[in-house]
Amino acid sequence: MSKGQVGAEQRLVTPGMVIGPSSGKRAGTGTIAENNEFIATRLGWLNEQNDVISVLPINSAYMPRSGDLVIGFVAEVRNNLWFFDVNGPFQALLPMSLAPWKVEFGSTRQHLGIGDAALARIQEVDETHNMVLTMKGVGLRRLNEGAVVSIPVNLIDTVRGQNNAMLSRIRDATNCRIIVGDNGRVWIHGDATDMHVARQLIQTLNEEGHKNTFQGAVEALENERGEH
Amino acid sequence: MGGYGDVKLLREDGKRLDGRAIDEMRPVTIEAGVLPAADGSAMVTHGLNVAVAAVYGPMEAHPRKIQRQDRAVIDVRYNMAPFSTGDRIRPGFNRRSREISKVTAESLESVVLVERYPRSKIRVEIEILAAEAGTRCAGITAASVALADAGIPMRDMIVGVASGKIEDTVVLDLDKAEDNYGQADLPVGILPNTGEIAFLQMDGDLSIDEYNLAMEYNHKAAKEIHEIMVDALKRRYERGEA
Repeated sequence: MSKGQVGAEQRLVTPGMVIGPSSGKRAGTGTIAENNEFIATRLGWLNEQNDVISVLPINSAYMPRSGDLVIGFVAEVRNNLWFFDVNGPFQALLPMSLAPWKVEFGSTRQHLGIGDAALARIQEVDETHNMVLTMKGVGLRRLNEGAVVSIPVNLIDTVRGQNNAMLSRIRDATNCRIIVGDNGRVWIHGDATDMHVARQLIQTLNEEGHKNTFQGAVEALENERGEH
Repeated sequence: MGGYGDVKLLREDGKRLDGRAIDEMRPVTIEAGVLPAADGSAMVTHGLNVAVAAVYGPMEAHPRKIQRQDRAVIDVRYNMAPFSTGDRIRPGFNRRSREISKVTAESLESVVLVERYPRSKIRVEIEILAAEAGTRCAGITAASVALADAGIPMRDMIVGVASGKIEDTVVLDLDKAEDNYGQADLPVGILPNTGEIAFLQMDGDLSIDEYNLAMEYNHKAAKEIHEIMVDALKRRYERGEA
C-alpha cells in the first residue's frame, strides 16, 4: 500500500461526506456505497486506485490481520501459553506449541515473563478477534536488548516507504537496527547516541507525521550525520 | 400556558434578550484533538457552554457481561463538572446524567459501524465544564468530532441542536433564561448529510406547525454546525509544506 503522494492536492474527507457517484467504481476501505453514492466512513485522505475508492485514515486503531509481524509484550502467563499485548483491542495468545523453544508444561515462565518483549507473527484471527500468535519463523524471537517505541499505525507506511526504501535510509542515517512491526511498535537497537538520534526522529514522526515534513527531517539527518 | 407570564423573553424590537434574532444560533467553536492521552478528543463551545469529549478504544469490553458477540458497545459517560453552573453540582452520577448518557450512547450507536468491532467497547467521555442550556447537544457534537478524530468508522456524524418556544414564538437555540422560563425545548441529533434524526426529545408542548418550524430551524443550524465540525477536523490535519 503506497501513500500515493504524487502531485495533486489530496482531498480530506470526514465521516458521512459524500465522495461521489459509485458508477463503475468499487468501494474500498473507509467507504460505504449507499443510494448509488460513495460515503466516507472515516476521517482521512481520499485515494483512488484501479477503480477502487478508499479512504486512507488519518488516525486508526490497530486491527490485527493474519500474517502481521508484531512486537508484543507479555501480559499474562499460564502454564501452557502466554497472552500478549499487541496494541490491539484484545490480547493475543501464544501457545507453547508455537514458541520457538522446547517448552515443558509449567515452565513457560522460564522463557518469557510478564513485560518481556517479543517479535512474533499473527497466525490467525477469527471474526470475534481471538488471535493466535506464532514465534516459529525466520527472525521471530524474544527481544532481549534495544528499545521499543510506539508510532501511530497509519504512519507505518511513511516510515517504511516504497519497498522499505525510507526504512533503509533511516537505518543507515541512524546506524541502528530497526524493525517496524505492523502493530505500530518499532524496535530500535544500536549504541546509546545512535538510539537517541533514532528516538528523536521517531518523535518528529509522531508529532508531524501527517504532514509532508518527515522526509525533510530524514534528509536533514542524513546530511548532518554524513559529515561526521 | 407557560406559567411564568411576567418574564419577558422577547424585546420590543422582536429580538431576544441577548440581542439574537429568533432564528439565530449562539456562536459555536470546535477544536479537535485537545487531549493528548485520548485516542480522539474534541472541545465544543456553544455560547457559554463548554463540552469536552474524549474517545478511547475500541478495546476489550469489560465486564464480560456487557460484551456483544456481533458488535461493539458504546459506553458513554456524560458528566457535568461541579463548577459548571452557578449552584454547585454534587459530583457523580445522577438521574439526569444517566438519562443523557443513555440517549447519547443510543444515538451514537446508530451512526458508528459497531458491527466492525465485535466484543469490543468504545468509551466516550463527555465532560461539561460550563453549562448554559443545551449541554446535551454540545456534548453530542463534541462526541461525534472526537469519534471522527479517533478514526472510528461512522456512517455520518451527529450534530446536536435545539429549538424551542418562548412567548408563543418558535426560536432557535435556547439560552439559559429561555430554557428556564420558556414554553418548550426540542433538542435533536441530526445526521447532517442525510438529514436523518438520531435522537429527539421534547420538553413542553408544540403544535404541529410549531414543531415543523422548530425542525426547520434545527436543520438549518445543523448545517452550519456541521461546517464548523468539518473545519475543526481539517484544521487539525492540515498538511505542511512538502
